[in-house]
Amino acid sequence: MLSAPLEPGFDYTRSYGPLLGRFAAGLRACRILGARGADGKVHVPAVEYDPETAAALSELVPVSPTGTVRTWSWQSAPLSGQPLEQPFAWALIQLDGADTAMLHAVEAPGPEAMRTGMRVHARWAAERRGAITDIACFVPGEGPDERGELPEVPDAVEEMLTSPIHLSYMHSASPQESTYLRELAEGRVVGMRCPVCRKVYVPPRGACPVDGVPTEEEVELGDNATITTFCVVNVPFPGQRIKPPYVCAYILLDGADIPFLHIVLGCAASEVRMGMRVRAAWKPREEWTTNLANIDHFTPNGEPDAPFESYAHHL
Amino acid sequence: MGEQAAAVIGTGQTRHTTKRHDVSIAGLCREAVDRALADANMDIADIDAVVLGKAPDLFEGVMMPELALSDAIGATGKPMMRVHTAGSVGGSTANVAANLVRSGTHRRVLAIAFEKQSESNAMWALSIAVPFNMPVNAGAGGYFAPHVRSYIRRSGAPEEIGARVAVKDRRNGVRNEFAHLRQPDITLESVQASTMLWDPIRFDETCPSSDGAAAVVITDEHSAGKRAAWIHATAMRTEPTTYSGRDQVNPRAGRDAAAALWRDAGITDPLSEVDVAEIYVPFSWFEPMWLENLGFAEEGKGWVLTEAGETEPTGRLPVNPSGGVLCSNPIGASGMVRFAEAAMQVMGSAGEHQVDGARTALGHAYGGGSQYFSMWLVRSEKP
Ligand SMILES: [Zn+2]
Repeated sequence: MLSAPLEPGFDYTRSYGPLLGRFAAGLRACRILGARGADGKVHVPAVEYDPETAAALSELVPVSPTGTVRTWSWQSAPLSGQPLEQPFAWALIQLDGADTAMLHAVEAPGPEAMRTGMRVHARWAAERRGAITDIACFVPGEGPDERGELPEVPDAVEEMLTSPIHLSYMHSASPQESTYLRELAEGRVVGMRCPVCRKVYVPPRGACPVDGVPTEEEVELGDNATITTFCVVNVPFPGQRIKPPYVCAYILLDGADIPFLHIVLGCAASEVRMGMRVRAAWKPREEWTTNLANIDHFTPNGEPDAPFESYAHHL
Repeated sequence: MGEQAAAVIGTGQTRHTTKRHDVSIAGLCREAVDRALADANMDIADIDAVVLGKAPDLFEGVMMPELALSDAIGATGKPMMRVHTAGSVGGSTANVAANLVRSGTHRRVLAIAFEKQSESNAMWALSIAVPFNMPVNAGAGGYFAPHVRSYIRRSGAPEEIGARVAVKDRRNGVRNEFAHLRQPDITLESVQASTMLWDPIRFDETCPSSDGAAAVVITDEHSAGKRAAWIHATAMRTEPTTYSGRDQVNPRAGRDAAAALWRDAGITDPLSEVDVAEIYVPFSWFEPMWLENLGFAEEGKGWVLTEAGETEPTGRLPVNPSGGVLCSNPIGASGMVRFAEAAMQVMGSAGEHQVDGARTALGHAYGGGSQYFSMWLVRSEKP
């Protein structure tokens, strides 16, 4: 079976709201603030709503950057994006003045240096942006408790946080789709017929959507096709691969029973019609891979338009 | 446990807008929840179970947001579940909540749905290029535009029908304090002069990107007072996005759901018996398409109702007096807004966009590639 990487990513733009905005502003100023709950408990990190009563919380109180490890585990092989590049501990740390423990990283020479009940203190990032990562990590030992020396709570409020998220998948094609893709690499479009309804699916399916059985019998399809319907994409957007404007059309290959999406070139967009007859324009052979993009586009083949009735049941 | 009568006794929504940078996702949801509870004259403590609806996680990049939101929506220590049926999810969420009450499982259920489009970009999220395929996807508009073209071809509808719907809905939005877009001066000419985004869909025929949330409180008859929208029927159906011979214009799942809804509500002639409909119309042409799919008009004739002004607030079947999805589209919440607006109409609480004498109302939502459908039928009278 064929597979290929699929790596979507986006820089999400978070808004904090008033309470978390003050918590984040505190971090930028090297201050850790907790939210006082309805029962007087101090929650760190700050929470917007009381975990017991669901009441909206508003009071923030400073807590110490020093606290006690309540439990921990060892990350022996850190992954990219984690707080530290060398092996470190994940710990639940109850800061002095807080009633809850927060998850963060502890820098330690090895797991033998970690124990529940040990004292740790925050090490601040050199560059801070109003995020939990402003605490670079915690390190063993007591830190300065500046709660008495600093003003109660900073006035500043952070509004936004840019949060890049990138996912890394390995996308696998089904056995039927893999067969079709290998044929594409040889310059052939091969669909498969469902043994029950006899419909020819291209790309072939692991299961016919109507009958639930794999499509099996291979059917080689030609280059000629009918445009069933289409739109003209004029909108640019992030991550777009084809420069607009382009004609995005449902292409029904002769002999197939379902259309697929492709682009149409070779005539003005205003000339493209439902029922227009087109043929595949392949890329040069040396560029062929296991991809439908081996067909660069579809282009008018000069035949008269297909009658509406011939493709109406594919709309 | 036999079937219980269930009613909406409170609705709440946020003022939908492009960017709610002043609140977190939790804060946005809570605004709608607080308004729905206040409308129901209840506190969070009165709620027995919570159902949360949310469109794809990729939209905000938060996996399983229901876990992080449980405190904000008052779900801690209570049964809570999350529903996901793409753009129809707000409607499906209300239906799940309704059925938790109708089945006798819970007496007072809070349903909540949201979208904070400003945290991401839905066009990007809906156009991820999958390996081995042509990267032609261009968001929801790119998906639906070819099918709108097919509808126009099949029905022979005049070209300006799409613009007419846009004018009606945007003007309706002016009378809705929660609507995102309010365009009192919009005209047929201005819509037709707007940019063609995905030909044949123009800019002014397209929903906006909104931040917003909606919530409804659904209870059994012991908790419902006089002011209630009684839920007479709910329906949901699903079909694959693609299969050979699929009707993309008039999908079978929608037809089947509507038939089940009318049957269960005892309605034989929807056009005569329904007073107002809130239908999920993200692109203006979907008004006539769904009028047909829902059985308000025969196939190919939905546009005739639109053209005759029958879907105007003064028409035979006012459609989207709230301004609909064309005025506000917090995707995950949009379906629930339709359902809530239907309830508001029969409760007489729709304010300036109240349809006089509305006693029977439809809430409708669809999602994905027209593959998920959810709807409910509410009335001012108890079943
Ligand atoms: Zn089959």
